[in-house]
Amino acid sequence: MIAGLLFYAFAAILLVAALGVITTRNPVHSALFLVLAFVQSAALWLLIEAEFLAIALVLVYVGAVMVLFLFVVMMLDINIEELRKGFTRYLPLGVAVALIVVVEIGHVIWFRSQGLAFITTPTPTPEGYSNTRELGAVLYTQHVYAFEIAAVMLLLAIVAAITLTMRQRRGLKVQNVSRQVAVRREDRVRIVKVETSTER
Amino acid sequence: MLTITTAHYLVLAAILFSLSVAGIFINRKNVILLLMCIELMLLAVNFNFIAFSRMLNDTLGQVFVFFILTVAAAEAAIGLAILVVLFRNTRSINVEELDRLKG
Repeated sequence: MIAGLLFYAFAAILLVAALGVITTRNPVHSALFLVLAFVQSAALWLLIEAEFLAIALVLVYVGAVMVLFLFVVMMLDINIEELRKGFTRYLPLGVAVALIVVVEIGHVIWFRSQGLAFITTPTPTPEGYSNTRELGAVLYTQHVYAFEIAAVMLLLAIVAAITLTMRQRRGLKVQNVSRQVAVRREDRVRIVKVETSTER
Repeated sequence: MLTITTAHYLVLAAILFSLSVAGIFINRKNVILLLMCIELMLLAVNFNFIAFSRMLNDTLGQVFVFFILTVAAAEAAIGLAILVVLFRNTRSINVEELDRLKG
């Protein structure tokens, strides 16, 4: 009963936030609405007892990815008015496509599956059950190769992001450390024999 | 009405997905908003994975969501890096001006 009310509350806020993401004028507001959407999804995932992923969503998305989005949005000096020009022009098409998708998927889910037993309430997990332990038990054994590939992919993302955005400025004075280390005595010191004069 | 079944989650994910599809149609000039809409789409797909995973009592779906989160984080990082380089070169993020690769 309470879980049902909570579901509707969180789902309503989630949909309002998603609507805000796609309709607000300012990209900063869109990013903040997206943060709200992620937090509501985390709450919904807690309701359906996927605790580890809910916390991971808050940590990874709200904590890292959305902060990155906000940084980029605020760093770029965007002319918003220029970007908003096609808004009303493509609005009917967008709404039509969205309605078609919703009606089709909703039809399949609600009406075609009414007689089927499989659309049921998920059985609540017993007390003392740890979702994190359960996930870790399969993640580090059966799916360890995929896990390692995911790690390599994150490394790849770091390398790609840094190499893309690194900027070499012209006329920058830097030290060439290897040349400094490899210098020899002969390159730097010149011994000059100076004749001492005896004249007075 | 107030008992929440898997179908509720699936319908919610469907609405979320179609909202992000509409967002891609509406904001088709702004690359940043396109990236945000893709993030919303991935979120909707994750909803489906988690709902089915709980329904079938199979953790594989949640493992999948874990990997999707990883891939989406990498995608966001690289996409934003490309966006920054693009803005540095063209002073604009308008999709319609990005036609330099036209053959």
